Amino acid sequence: MAFTIYDDVFASRLILGTAQYPSPAVLADAVKRSGTALVTVSLRRESGGGDAFWQLIRDLGVMVLPNTAGCHSVREAVTTAEMARELFQTDRIKLEVIGHHDTLQPDVFALVEAAGELTARGFKVYPYTTDDLVVGERLVEAGCKVLMPWCAPIGSARGPRDLHALRALRAAFPEIPLIVDAGLGRPSHAAAVMELGFDGVLLNTAVARAGDPAAMAAAFASAVTAGRTAHHAVPLEPRDMAVPSTPVIGRAVFA
Amino acid sequence: MHILVKGAGVAGLVTAHELLRRGAAVTVVDAAPSLGGGASFMAGGMLAPWCERESAEEAVITLGSIAADWWDNAVPGLVLRNGTLVVAPPRDAAEIDRFARRTRGYRQVGAEEIARLEPHLSGRFSSGLFFPSEAHLDPRTALYRLHEKLARSGVTFSFGATTADGRFDAVIDCTGMAAASALPALRGVRGEMVCLQTNEVEFARPVRLIHPRFPLYVVPRGQGRFMVGATMIESDDDGPPSARSVMELLNAAYAVNPAFGEARILETGAGVRPAFADNLPRIERSGGTHHLNGLFRHGFLLAPAMAGRLADRILTNRESDNAGYRQRQIA
Repeated sequence: MAFTIYDDVFASRLILGTAQYPSPAVLADAVKRSGTALVTVSLRRESGGGDAFWQLIRDLGVMVLPNTAGCHSVREAVTTAEMARELFQTDRIKLEVIGHHDTLQPDVFALVEAAGELTARGFKVYPYTTDDLVVGERLVEAGCKVLMPWCAPIGSARGPRDLHALRALRAAFPEIPLIVDAGLGRPSHAAAVMELGFDGVLLNTAVARAGDPAAMAAAFASAVTAGRTAHHAVPLEPRDMAVPSTPVIGRAVFA
Repeated sequence: MHILVKGAGVAGLVTAHELLRRGAAVTVVDAAPSLGGGASFMAGGMLAPWCERESAEEAVITLGSIAADWWDNAVPGLVLRNGTLVVAPPRDAAEIDRFARRTRGYRQVGAEEIARLEPHLSGRFSSGLFFPSEAHLDPRTALYRLHEKLARSGVTFSFGATTADGRFDAVIDCTGMAAASALPALRGVRGEMVCLQTNEVEFARPVRLIHPRFPLYVVPRGQGRFMVGATMIESDDDGPPSARSVMELLNAAYAVNPAFGEARILETGAGVRPAFADNLPRIERSGGTHHLNGLFRHGFLLAPAMAGRLADRILTNRESDNAGYRQRQIA
């Protein structure tokens, strides 16, 4: 199941966010049960004084992907990324530049600009983007070696809204790791995008706000594995007509 | 027995009360120059264990269900037993179901009953949850009264001091984040609040507004005053509230009732809640000192039960330690 983003090898295809859990103890449980090798952490809101929580994150024993959640401009995102690099001693940064306060839709123009700037500063940029192909191309031109499209707005738990767009992305970027970031609500959603050939998923709300976050993390882990295995096993495409799995002519063969 | 209690916030005062009630002599010291300040004075004062269960473990109910009676006995006349009303804007109505699945002790209410319970919410919300057994109090008045009562009953208070002269049979540290160096597992969770005043809105009970990104409550304090809180930020910074947080709090208050748009801002404030990793309080012993800490956002709710345990343990040497408590909690 291992896969590589930039030069980091991850043993799990599930990335977990660390916000909104009932407590850090529940978060630690969820991380363990998910088997994740990479967790995201937000710096923006906790600017200053969050040392204890950050230490808890470091103590989870997995790699950390700091994010720029809550940033609305290139400048904010770059400043936050530099802060994150210092705090967590990593060049990885999940780049979010929010364009729309209500839907938290990424500002793809600022995103591309920030991605270029951060790449030039030596960051490994994980851009949170839409499912737009051209934006994906621009991000890759800007130096991104991974794309993280949403499949529905952040926290909406709607699951993939447009499977065709996700298929098109997969087809357009066969060599770029694609992670579905945002919008997944249930393990079946994660399995569905993994079946399409996505390389991984990033979850937060769907696990953190579940009735039992640790159990839900385990369920998502199974779904990710199932979806990935199914992708390699080449699933059937839907057909318009019934196709019986045993011959029916004459009916009496083995009856 | 003469016992030194460090910290005159909710944990310290409630502990002093429980010790005194069991016959101990008590001295309370606090580093602040006078009563006030600290996280307790930023509290919402909601005695709402069933609502809190939405994001906390079962212990908030097992420990918190005695809180309303405790406060009513300790400082009579302050506890208002009008329940809690939980509402959500129409577009987040699904969140009400989620809240309901995670809690109990409520009944579903529609537009009519919401209007009957809180006429100033009439026509604004079509569905919600009513938790009839919950209560609230004005936390500052409660602490002033408790302090006054304790002082009158012979508890010695010394402000601007971190310790006191004399021989003590036991020392209890209830200093919240100030005890962080002795309790390395303790972390701070910053909360920001706004106090508003308006004569255009009246509530009989705390109103919680569910929002997928920002849970919020508006607690009536009487005389047209309301406390709007509270953010939850993983930080031990107790500096003034950020513009963003104040905007979010005010926005949410406005969503509850647009008349809050005309309210006066009496106060904005921030405090740091002490919390352990499971966000539940603990009694710990470190270097000869008993610690009661980690009350998180449940100081007024959980201090009575925890202080009772601690007082029992110290005065009767009964070992009802954390291990037992934690096992029961898991079972």
